[in-house]
Amino acid sequence: MTSISLYSQRDPMLKKRDDFEDMLEERRSSSDLKYAFKCYTPVLYKGMPPCKTTVLKSMVLHSDQLRYVINQVSKETGESAGAIQEEASAILEEMAHRLQLSTVRFFAFALTKAFKTLFRSIHVNEEGLQRLQQAIQDHPVVLLPSHRSYMDFLLMSYILYTYDLALPVIAAGMDFMGMKFVGEMLRMSGAFFIRRSFGGDKLYWAVFSEYVKTMLRNGMAPVEFFLEGTRSRTCKSLTPKIGLLNIVMEPFLKGEVFDVSLVPVSISYERILEESLYARELLGVPKPKESTSGLFKARKVLSEDYGSIHVYFGHAVSVRTLSEGRVDRRQFNLQPRFIPKKPSEDTQGFVSAVAYRLVRSQEENMVLMPWVLLASLLLQAHYRGPLLEPHRPQGMTLEELTQRAVWLRGLVRGLGAFLHWPDDKPPSEVVSASLSLHQGLVRVSEGRVRLLLEEPAGGPGPASPEERLLGAAVAVLSCASYRNQVLHVFLRPALLATAVHTASSGKKEEVFDTFSFLRNVLANEFILCPGAAVQDFEEACQQLVQSGALQASQQQLTATDRGEPTLAFLTAMLEPFLQGYQVVCRYLCEEASESLTEKLFVPAVRNFTVKLLLAGNLRYCEALSSDLQKNALAALLRLGAVRRVNGGEQVTLKVDRMLLNTLEDTLGGKVPSQKAVLARL
Amino acid sequence: MASDGSSNSSSIPDRQQIARQRLRIIAGHLQKPLDPSDGDISARECSAPDKQPGDTTTKSVPRRRQEVMKWNGWGYSDSRFHFNKKGQAEFTGKRYKLSGMIMPSLKEWFEGTFGANVQHKSFASAVPSPGAVKPPALNQAFVEGVQSTGVPFSSDAEDRVFRGHGHCLHEIFALREGRVGRVPDMVVWPNCHDDVVKIVELACKHNVCLIPYGGGTSVSSALECPLEETRSIVSLDTSQMNRILWIDEKNLTAHVEAGIVGQDLERLLGESGYCTGHEPDSMEFSSLGGWVATRASGMKKNIYGNIEDLLVHVRMVTPKGVMEKSCLVPRMSCGPDIHHFILGSEGTLGVVTEVTIKIRPVPEYQKYGSVVFPNFDMGVACLREVAKQRCAPASIRLVDNEQFQFGHALKPQVSSMFTSFLEGLKKFYITKFKGFDPQHLCVATLLFEGDREKVLQHEKQVYDIAAKFGGLAAGEDNGQRGYMLTFVIAYLRDLGMDHFVIGESFETSVPWDRVLDICRNVKERITRECKDKGVQFTPFSTCRVTQTYDAGACVYFYFAFNSRGLSDPVHVYEQVEHAARQEILANGGSLSHHHGVGKLRKAWMRETVSEVGLGMLRSVKEYVDPENIFGNGNLL
Repeated sequence: MTSISLYSQRDPMLKKRDDFEDMLEERRSSSDLKYAFKCYTPVLYKGMPPCKTTVLKSMVLHSDQLRYVINQVSKETGESAGAIQEEASAILEEMAHRLQLSTVRFFAFALTKAFKTLFRSIHVNEEGLQRLQQAIQDHPVVLLPSHRSYMDFLLMSYILYTYDLALPVIAAGMDFMGMKFVGEMLRMSGAFFIRRSFGGDKLYWAVFSEYVKTMLRNGMAPVEFFLEGTRSRTCKSLTPKIGLLNIVMEPFLKGEVFDVSLVPVSISYERILEESLYARELLGVPKPKESTSGLFKARKVLSEDYGSIHVYFGHAVSVRTLSEGRVDRRQFNLQPRFIPKKPSEDTQGFVSAVAYRLVRSQEENMVLMPWVLLASLLLQAHYRGPLLEPHRPQGMTLEELTQRAVWLRGLVRGLGAFLHWPDDKPPSEVVSASLSLHQGLVRVSEGRVRLLLEEPAGGPGPASPEERLLGAAVAVLSCASYRNQVLHVFLRPALLATAVHTASSGKKEEVFDTFSFLRNVLANEFILCPGAAVQDFEEACQQLVQSGALQASQQQLTATDRGEPTLAFLTAMLEPFLQGYQVVCRYLCEEASESLTEKLFVPAVRNFTVKLLLAGNLRYCEALSSDLQKNALAALLRLGAVRRVNGGEQVTLKVDRMLLNTLEDTLGGKVPSQKAVLARL
Repeated sequence: MASDGSSNSSSIPDRQQIARQRLRIIAGHLQKPLDPSDGDISARECSAPDKQPGDTTTKSVPRRRQEVMKWNGWGYSDSRFHFNKKGQAEFTGKRYKLSGMIMPSLKEWFEGTFGANVQHKSFASAVPSPGAVKPPALNQAFVEGVQSTGVPFSSDAEDRVFRGHGHCLHEIFALREGRVGRVPDMVVWPNCHDDVVKIVELACKHNVCLIPYGGGTSVSSALECPLEETRSIVSLDTSQMNRILWIDEKNLTAHVEAGIVGQDLERLLGESGYCTGHEPDSMEFSSLGGWVATRASGMKKNIYGNIEDLLVHVRMVTPKGVMEKSCLVPRMSCGPDIHHFILGSEGTLGVVTEVTIKIRPVPEYQKYGSVVFPNFDMGVACLREVAKQRCAPASIRLVDNEQFQFGHALKPQVSSMFTSFLEGLKKFYITKFKGFDPQHLCVATLLFEGDREKVLQHEKQVYDIAAKFGGLAAGEDNGQRGYMLTFVIAYLRDLGMDHFVIGESFETSVPWDRVLDICRNVKERITRECKDKGVQFTPFSTCRVTQTYDAGACVYFYFAFNSRGLSDPVHVYEQVEHAARQEILANGGSLSHHHGVGKLRKAWMRETVSEVGLGMLRSVKEYVDPENIFGNGNLL
């Protein structure tokens, strides 16, 4: 119950968005060197003087919290406390940032040069920065940017440096540290490094959490991390990880600070640097290990035009306000606060609800460029093309695209999206500008706009059908990553449209059942706050009724004739995902052997999908995306249709075929989402 | 011993002496005829041959309290703050050290702190609004019963109004507007334990509600008459049960009637060279029985202990009969201590009539002191260290920066150029030479007691510890002023209310590791809540650490704001106070350290003592008072 009301606390301010300023404009007209050496005097929390990293480290190492865990570990392992203290000290050395203004200035210089060639503009909402400045003075601040590119955290620091705001200390994955020189550079510009997994390591956890909390408690610097945990390769927001969020809330929940401000930041790129890299990764070409030389190879990207960036600093959210009446802070009263304690279930639920809320507000403030609308339309057109020849796309005419785009613009705006469409220009101009920026993905020829499918690598002989298919899939997934940026706007109405379409009758109850079934299955795929089904349903109803696509009476929900294009568009948005999930179900039912290991799951599903695609039994090559496959597996595990069995070294997957069959049929709309199924889920 | 006694009196601060002098004169008019229990007092005469005859009956509290005290504000009618024609603050009367003095910087502080203007006045109405006091609903049979016992009683409106309230802000605020809620229908003044037994018997027989009344200084709504009470409500005023019945020098105990107020108790014991050392800030008016019933704490508890430590024996009259132990022993292991049913019972189980209390010889030497710290954190660390080494002086208190400045604003006009020059020099030394930030520094006030030599030794020990935390000795004067503030703060509240500023104090106890957190969070919560509730000017929100223990400390908060422009200031105030209490509990503080629960805080009792704990208390109440004769509705 508590979580529901948390989501409903939508800040009305969010709908009224600030204006943007281009921060590169000034850079283009003044000396970069002078800028790099500008006077930098940020305001700090309660006007406190900045604290040296050596002081910070010694505070962490001598904290009661760490001492307690060291003694505990010492007792458990029999090692001397001194040795473990050494170990802790080494962990801290490996982890801690070493912020140096000179390095920051170097980056300021180098990034200015790079940004000016790569991007047309970097738009920032200055009001948001002013609010941030105030927030930094009042309470410890946590910055939570969205994560779509390696650029993100350099960009954040760059903006804060430019606007004379306190530089953040940033949680970064350990893999960056592998990049010898760059790792150290990043460290000196404020990054600290954490291992990707340290689940059972008490000592590591203690050092890490104490390090973060010490910075917050003393307001030494804003702490920055990515709620999504990792870069989203699909440009959809990822299900938030709550570990770090738990840590940064603790100083407030334990009363060590009056409040903590969480500031969601939405960074949207008109064109993503890693665009086709991501698509390949999703298709199973392994991700290149981060290495310095790899970064330099990426130099070819420097010669291209990546359009503009929009960075929106959202309103600071007060943890105190959020937790009012939802978390009982007295739970910490009966134990010294230095003893690590697993947060109560209530608290975990609260933290997770906050995490969802923050990711949603990142989504809401994400600027959408006209291209994302075009990508959505082109992708839908592509899927309507001939089944057996995905590599020979039909596309659509430029006029049709423009006309549809204008229609979609209206729909998207009606749904409250943050669309950056230059209304002062004729639509055709906007469309062709977008198309030319993304000429790596689309081609206009003979008046038709088509996806530009990648030619298979020039191997000997003609390309095999499978190679051609994968080539096409790279283009489709790249294009889908742009469509995905707008998905959050359509998500709830699309779920409803699909539910209305598949439900056996127009009875509101039945539509709701189907809606919440779909919502439940897709909960790992999209940002759908747990426990908010009713609210999402009502929101979607209201939106679709308002747009005239649906008619609602007390008991009935029916599609209107006028709303047909809208509903068709919305259902088509969701279709690739529903199909993809069905493929996963079918694979598990039909092909999975008893000894299927979790490791082999993704390659096996991929092979199965390739077969289906080549045989013309499936048209959505998005089903090849490992992201979708993993999300589907996570959903099936959650729903109990698949179980993990720990068999020695390997984790094998055990399948409940009955349940999978029902799920597949229900997703395909063959079986109404009966009460029985729902009850079992 | 006797010679010690005479030298004592000179070392006791003259503030008290002056107050005593005044009291004697006033009390002279109010002398009652000698009562039979005077015979008991003769025992004391042996032990204190130097006492002045006639003193035994000079008591501070007459039956008709309105003759010396305000009906709608704090303390004596003749003592009040006001801004004179020149706009300077002045304290009237002759009772206190500050009396008759001018405090030149108070106006500036007042206006600056609250955004108030001394020209904006919101004076209290002189009398209750006509018809505000409902005619008494008397239980005729009970009245006749009381009549036959000869115990004095009254159903005069003034007497009743006086006993229908404590000193919570909302109570005083209503009175100042002439509003009176439900008040007792009748007041009785028993003269001794036996009178009380008779009254309680009558009350049970005729089913009337009894509300014990001691000094009337409650700040927990404990004296408010429950609105749902349909029976006749009788206020049982213990103020006339105010004799010391005997003093036992061998065992260092005194047997005292529970209605005696603190200043009388100390004065009368002092005449024999003794004291209890129990000095709550309200000691001028609060009574021994009240202390027992609320689990009071005194400023000098480090030497003398809190009320529960001082107690040797109690008599309580309950509907089931008289409850007491059979012996006067320092400790016993005979099941749960029945005294702990009485301590903190807040008048819900019966009336405390007589108390045997520990006494100590009046200390030879007393010395105030103070230490300035660069910031509050250092100060708290120092107090923690002092507590750890168990070398706390009789009193040690740490006031935060805001309260330090408040204290400064109360400095009387300096008489000589030389003093003001010295003051300037001191300030220069601390802020410029030592680099203390005047916006952050804070002060610990100290009070040492004991042999002269030991006091000096002790003083050095404490100052040495303080030095380790960056503390600088800042003189006796600062210390003394700090303590004076606590005695006049309630008078100052009346002054504030004359100019739209309303405020209150509240307290808690908290483990050491949370002291700083609770102070910061509660103060900030108050500020934020006020802002949210539409208070225009930042409120005055300040705290001090007033008691130290081995495992924690007692923290005292003051909070006041300018209510001008608010349609319902009391409601705003109550919301803020409620939020502040929530914040205290969320930060690991207690519901109350010594003010008690009353009706104001009883909503939190369940979570404070657990469901089972509450059930235990209930079952005691149900056994002792099944008819709810003691129906003040406190606590449970």
